[in-house]
Amino acid sequence: MEESKQLEQFEAKIAAGQKIEPKDWMPEAYRKQLIRMMSQHAHSEIVGMLPEGNWITRAPSLRRKAILLAKVQDEGGHGLYLYSAAETLGIDRKELLEQLHSGKAKYSSIFNYPTLTWADIGAIGWLVDGAAIMNQTALARGSYGPYSRAMVRICKEESFHNRQGYEIMMHLAQGTPEQKEMAQDAFNRWWWPSIMMLGPSDDQSPNSEQLMRWKVKMESNDAIRERFIDRTVPQADFIGLKVPDPAMKFNEKTGHYEHGPINWEEFFEVIKGNGVCNAIRLKARVEADKKGQWVREAATAYAAKQAKEKAMA
Amino acid sequence: MNLQEAKFEYLLRLGDSSLIIGHRLSEWCGHGPILEEDIALINIALDFVGNASALLTYAAQVEGKGRTEDDLAYLRSEREYRNLLLTEQPNGDYAVTIARQFLYDVYTFFLYEELKTSKDETIAAIAVKSHKEITYHLRHTTEWMYRLGDGTEESHKRMQTALNDLWMYTPDLFDMNEVDAILINEGIAVDLNKVKEAWEKRVREVISEAKLEIPAANIKQKGSREGRHSEHLGFLLAEMQYIPRSYPNANW
Ligand SMILES: [Fe+2]
Ligand SMILES: [Fe+2]
Ligand SMILES: [Fe+2]
Repeated sequence: MEESKQLEQFEAKIAAGQKIEPKDWMPEAYRKQLIRMMSQHAHSEIVGMLPEGNWITRAPSLRRKAILLAKVQDEGGHGLYLYSAAETLGIDRKELLEQLHSGKAKYSSIFNYPTLTWADIGAIGWLVDGAAIMNQTALARGSYGPYSRAMVRICKEESFHNRQGYEIMMHLAQGTPEQKEMAQDAFNRWWWPSIMMLGPSDDQSPNSEQLMRWKVKMESNDAIRERFIDRTVPQADFIGLKVPDPAMKFNEKTGHYEHGPINWEEFFEVIKGNGVCNAIRLKARVEADKKGQWVREAATAYAAKQAKEKAMA
Repeated sequence: MNLQEAKFEYLLRLGDSSLIIGHRLSEWCGHGPILEEDIALINIALDFVGNASALLTYAAQVEGKGRTEDDLAYLRSEREYRNLLLTEQPNGDYAVTIARQFLYDVYTFFLYEELKTSKDETIAAIAVKSHKEITYHLRHTTEWMYRLGDGTEESHKRMQTALNDLWMYTPDLFDMNEVDAILINEGIAVDLNKVKEAWEKRVREVISEAKLEIPAANIKQKGSREGRHSEHLGFLLAEMQYIPRSYPNANW
């Protein structure tokens, strides 16, 4: 079949709300963009295990420890699931990880901020997972079958993450003065990065009409950001935390909150690799990979021996 | 020592061991040799924290002084902890972690098997639930014993070294004192000599199947029953307990 004909059918399928499956024909640009997005997403899940993993050994109660373990386990599972989904596009996990380790592939810049106190665990669940949900519920409506299904499954768990984070913050905000201060401090530090993690504003990142048409991108960054802010500001009010944006106000006419200017310079610095933890996070991943090499080699060697024995039996 | 005191001690032994080995496993989070293992270790750590939580809750109840599971976990010091020496040993390389876990899993597999029929209903119920988890843990660590023992030359060497280094902490697993005597008499606890027999048999089988050798038993470390630990425990507790100890009036 001619390529133009294939493209026509591909686009018609998407327009009709059908999913594209791994064996279906797809334009190269579609495949590339999806690999980029899905691997970035998978990398974010596993790099994200580091800042939170930091606090498992220091979680202040056994209940909090168990919840945090369960959450971080979920994140690892998301990573695994997303790598497998990305593999349906004809690239393997090993190659994707090499791209992460060489710095070629990106992951969410949010994980380049440090987790300094226990309240950061609350702030991450509430804000970071909260922002991720906004993005992911949109992506769940995307056209690529494996990615969209992964998003549906992952979103369910993300809402548990979001709730446990908010619950930590609520608890701290109602606790001793020191706890309240800890909560406000974490909120101050995580608010802007969470807002920025949803991507540059629309005027700086014109949405490709094609990606929208192909349902790779479902909503503009600013639209997702607005939903996140609309949902989060009343939650902050409810537990008595102050949004660290003096310009934030509610617009009665539009029914939306309006935020003050965002420091995009900081955002692009972190993206470029100049955030507080960029080097530390990447190094941790690279080192884990290096230290694990003999283990993986042993597993492979053992499996080969077993297969040989089986063949001989 | 009366029955209540003996039971409290016994529950601390079980609960503390779970808590401490779970803590060690959770230190791997994000640093495992492969993503699947990262997830498995977190999952196993979670089982241990859940088990510790159930045991310490019951310990606090048995003690009857109004303490909670968190008081017991976070506000006891090194000498009051009753976890096995083996459980507090640092992670080392992956071979050390697997060897430590394997030796411990075989132990709890046979111990909890017996505890399922404990005359104490709460202990029996906890044992039933935990034994299912332990069965899975043991399968997991046994597979890794084979892979690492019979994998490459390097992995074999690392695995043997790990076993050799940890072996001295195994007598501690089977140490018994007055606590055991009282509880065995009541049908609550298990005669560890019986567990030891089963443990030795299984450990020998797996070690030989993994092409490894049983280490020489030159040094024998004991002391956990009296709260005499290795130096490692203090650091571990300092990290684990620092928040509740820094904010005595807060709850989390
Ligand atoms: Fe996730
Ligand atoms: Fe999450
Ligand atoms: Fe489990």
